[in-house]
Amino acid sequence: MVAGRLDRESVDAVLNDLDEYAIEEALRIVEPLNEGKETPEHTITLISMGPERATEAIRKGLSMGADSGILVSDAALQGSDAISTAKVLAKTIQSGGFDLVFCGTESTDARMSVVPAMLAEILGWAQLTFAGSVKVDITSNQVEIARMTDSGVENMSAKFPCVVSVIEKINEPRYPSFKGIMAAKKKPIENKSLSDLGLASSELSAWSEVVDAQPRPPREKGLKLEDSGEGGAKLADYLLEKRLV
Amino acid sequence: MTKNLVLIDHDGSKVAKSAAELATFAKRAGSAVGVLLTNSGTGDSLAAQLNGTDFERVIVVENDEINRHGIAAGTSALAQIIEKEGAESVLISSSARGKEIAGRLAVRIKSGIITDAVDVTADLGTTQSVFGGSFTVKAKLKTPVSIITVRPSSIEPATSTSNPTVEKVTVTIDAKDKLVEISASQPPVKGGRPDLTEAKIVVSGGRGTNGNFAEVEAFADLVGGAVGASRAATDAGWYPHTHQVGQTGKTVSPQLYVACGISGAIQHRAGMQTSKTIVAINKDPEAPIFDLADFGVVGDLFAVLPQAREAIKSKRS
Repeated sequence: MVAGRLDRESVDAVLNDLDEYAIEEALRIVEPLNEGKETPEHTITLISMGPERATEAIRKGLSMGADSGILVSDAALQGSDAISTAKVLAKTIQSGGFDLVFCGTESTDARMSVVPAMLAEILGWAQLTFAGSVKVDITSNQVEIARMTDSGVENMSAKFPCVVSVIEKINEPRYPSFKGIMAAKKKPIENKSLSDLGLASSELSAWSEVVDAQPRPPREKGLKLEDSGEGGAKLADYLLEKRLV
Repeated sequence: MTKNLVLIDHDGSKVAKSAAELATFAKRAGSAVGVLLTNSGTGDSLAAQLNGTDFERVIVVENDEINRHGIAAGTSALAQIIEKEGAESVLISSSARGKEIAGRLAVRIKSGIITDAVDVTADLGTTQSVFGGSFTVKAKLKTPVSIITVRPSSIEPATSTSNPTVEKVTVTIDAKDKLVEISASQPPVKGGRPDLTEAKIVVSGGRGTNGNFAEVEAFADLVGGAVGASRAATDAGWYPHTHQVGQTGKTVSPQLYVACGISGAIQHRAGMQTSKTIVAINKDPEAPIFDLADFGVVGDLFAVLPQAREAIKSKRS
């Protein structure tokens, strides 16, 4: 525990599961467009914010088929909240002349799931999030998605530039091939600091303050019984006695 | 005492249960004013559903552009109401839409945001359960406006004998918030069961069901519960992904969680370990789910569940 924020140091820097779906979807859109071209017309850049060890995560994405990576690392970013993360990513995106940004829907660690929406807000781009399917029409610069959430399915569209976030069931991410892993070793990963991006750490001050953090007390040892013919009846007694059903 | 707004979640004809819950949290801290963003002609019938809740006033914005242009348009409308009201906090339900509006709003009005709170105190302090429920965090926002999204079912809503006054307000949606065009929407396919994240009881099945969810469903129906599934079960195609409980699925915190044929992998525990009471049925006495269970039965769910069902039925009658 470090003052005022949660220490995420102990969490391994692995490519977030959900980001793999985003990379896979971007590859599926870009690959057919580049087919038969000597030099690819459309490229995929992986952008990540995190400690140096996040390089390995980027390398994995490159071995899936992306072209290059940018890693933003800065001591001032430790423990940054969702808004700071979105600001840094937005600044990085603005420096690259991109048309589309693909994100996973939810980071598996902080469960904020709001970064894609914040990105769209900061960039002033169209927000197409929680996509269960994505169609890109390169001639009209139009993106169509089916947004899938608990509230149902919505079909929506927008023109470039767009922030797209994809849900887990959109595709089956590929495993990097041996050839892909070898090729990834030669692909460029650019390291940037906050000052490279022209951002001052004062612009990223966290607006929330952790007052207290406690590990959840372990649950008290419960009752455990072998079913020897009346396990169901005993379960029913327990639930009725506790007025749970 | 702070001036608090609540964004009311609804599907166009029915107000979500979360609205009354958020009103009760808002009232703890001061005033409770609802904001209802909806299509023209639907405001009155939706607002009427808030009678008898803790809301003292409901601001109705009937504007078809909000539904047509999505999150950005909703954010714009809410930001205008916050400014007009001089609100100090906005409470929003932790749905996909709610969290996204909250996120954009935080950027737009330069306010701090706390997501997935399970409690809000009178001074707008929040409690969150993080890292899959293994830590409890209390936090406070330092900005003039606090944006807080709250998990459904975090509080039993209070009832009131009075009805809120209804006020109609207009907003203007700028072109920059109309970049997205929504062409069609279909409501979720609903069974007769409660929503997983709203349910007081959740009955979940895992690998031990071998793909047969009939007993899990029958038990859920008897006790009025929702049906959940482990990742093993949804990945095998035995149950829809929308019912997955766990780190990459839904996080639930019901009064009673019944895990049937679920080993209790860390992935699954992250989505259910804050449940008040946990019951586990599993053939494997070493299954880690038993470490969490208040009541565990080592046995076959296809024998235990029907027997429990019959016993509950006969004792009830």
